Amino acid sequence: MIGKTAVDNSLSNSVEKKSAIETKPKRKVSIPKILIYTVLIVMAIVCFIPFLMMLVNATRSNEAILSGFTLLPGSAIVENYQTMMSYINIWAGFKNSLIISVLVTLLSGYFSALTAYGFAFYVFKGKNAMFVFMLVMMMVPGQLGLIGFYELCKNLGILDTYIPLIIPAAASPFVVFFLRQYILTTLHPSLIEAARIDGASEFKIFHTIAIPIMMPAIATMSIFTFIGSWNNYIMPLVVLFSPEKFTLPVLMGFLKGSQVAQNLGSMYLGIAISVVPIMVAFLFLSKYIVNSISAGSIKE
Amino acid sequence: MKNLNRYGYFFIAPFWLVFLVFSIYPVALTFYYSFTNYTGSGEAQLVGLANYKRLLTDTYFVEAFFNTWKIWGVNFALQMGLALILAMIFSDMRVKLKGIAFFRAIFYLPNLITISSVALLFGILLDWQHGSLNMMLMKVGIISDPINWLNEPTSAQLSISLILTWMWFGHSFIVVMAGVSGISKDYYEAALIDGANRWQTFSKITIPLLKPILLYIMITSLIGGLQLFDLPMLLTDGIGSPDGSLNTMVLYLYNQAFKYNNYGYAAAVAYGLFVITLIFSAFIFKGMYGKERKQPRQV
Repeated sequence: MIGKTAVDNSLSNSVEKKSAIETKPKRKVSIPKILIYTVLIVMAIVCFIPFLMMLVNATRSNEAILSGFTLLPGSAIVENYQTMMSYINIWAGFKNSLIISVLVTLLSGYFSALTAYGFAFYVFKGKNAMFVFMLVMMMVPGQLGLIGFYELCKNLGILDTYIPLIIPAAASPFVVFFLRQYILTTLHPSLIEAARIDGASEFKIFHTIAIPIMMPAIATMSIFTFIGSWNNYIMPLVVLFSPEKFTLPVLMGFLKGSQVAQNLGSMYLGIAISVVPIMVAFLFLSKYIVNSISAGSIKE
Repeated sequence: MKNLNRYGYFFIAPFWLVFLVFSIYPVALTFYYSFTNYTGSGEAQLVGLANYKRLLTDTYFVEAFFNTWKIWGVNFALQMGLALILAMIFSDMRVKLKGIAFFRAIFYLPNLITISSVALLFGILLDWQHGSLNMMLMKVGIISDPINWLNEPTSAQLSISLILTWMWFGHSFIVVMAGVSGISKDYYEAALIDGANRWQTFSKITIPLLKPILLYIMITSLIGGLQLFDLPMLLTDGIGSPDGSLNTMVLYLYNQAFKYNNYGYAAAVAYGLFVITLIFSAFIFKGMYGKERKQPRQV
């Protein structure tokens, strides 16, 4: 192989000197390349091994886990599942998290698009001041208002409901900012003018022209909104009290303090159930998610 | 035409209604509470700056501040180091590695998993006697006695740093690669022709042109890092064991408010955290851009 590339190189060198840049390295990279691949594969294994341990241990009985380490699956998965389900209903947590995250994503997507459109295509008093103020508030960490937020919910009587977890999503400054930048570059005002001349109302223009054009950007932001809501721990922890209303992350914390913690196999299974669906979703969406992260960071 | 512009208010009204009620009002209310001795019930009495005075001399808060920094700092150094090395390898025109999509996906995967699940998972994986990590390391022969990871301050903090690195280096890698792909290939070709080696290409071309992206990663990571809560809350007993080494600022805030009912003081902790975040963000910004302005531009 090495001999052949060397011949290829000398051939291409003699034929075309310009390609020297590309062909020259090929001669010496073989060994470093193998080394680099080895390191990368080791890193990939290190990344994945906690999940592997989790999956294997989820199928082993408590006694088996205590007695030693192995990467071979056991046969206690049904017993583990029954033990876990006798203490907590993990699927209820799943359902709660799903309901909240879906509603949050829809609300954030729609109202952010609405706000972004308002900021982008109308001229009104105080517009710039409001926009700048929104950007400043974007920098404020979520924990700053935590205590005031709790008191507000207490006074409104909406503690232990999903309202404080869902409704605030209608005001997502970062999404508004991102969508405004996007629609300013993709939607030309002349299109809006044309629609107005055709007699379309302002909200109809928004729903039939602006929303479809913004859709790729809304989808990008929706991924992050959904993941953020799905993983949110501190807010539901503060707001929710009834175990049957717990979201998955809060339920996980609850699991730790419960009787299930005595049975490691059941613990691993509970964690696995909370993790595996996300891994499966990622399998199908990984390319899209990676592209979204790239887009989000570059456009800012 | 002028007529239609009033529609602008209709479009932004729902946002501002929700924003005022659920974002701005709570922030303002917290500010008010930070000057009171509110305990979650009864009347809040104004106490002036007492909470802030207490904050400055509170050894637990100072400890939480340094813990948060230590945990974040070690994690950030490792995470950026890995991300940059990976970016250097994958962007090298001379090596042309395949499989970037696969490795990117694997490296990024831990970032998607719910942090509370991650905390629970590592809580039992790192267990002293029954944890799979110790068992594996002993089986392979790397250690002879089990390490009590979560029972000793330094190793507990290091554990969190490493878990954070595991969770975030893939994300940083993707963002850095996005930045690298935006750099014109001409620079690299020119460097190649001029005979620059890998390190020179990387340090003289990639890094300077990546500055805005690196700044973005650093500030977002710092803001996230200073808010570290889920992992220390769920990895040990929730109040910062062992020896208060996992007591982070937000964990302290949470416990002061919702465990000990010191709402007034917790509100001051929240504002202390906010000021700290602002100061350090400004420092990073200045550190990365401040020097350039002093030098005259070379043409």
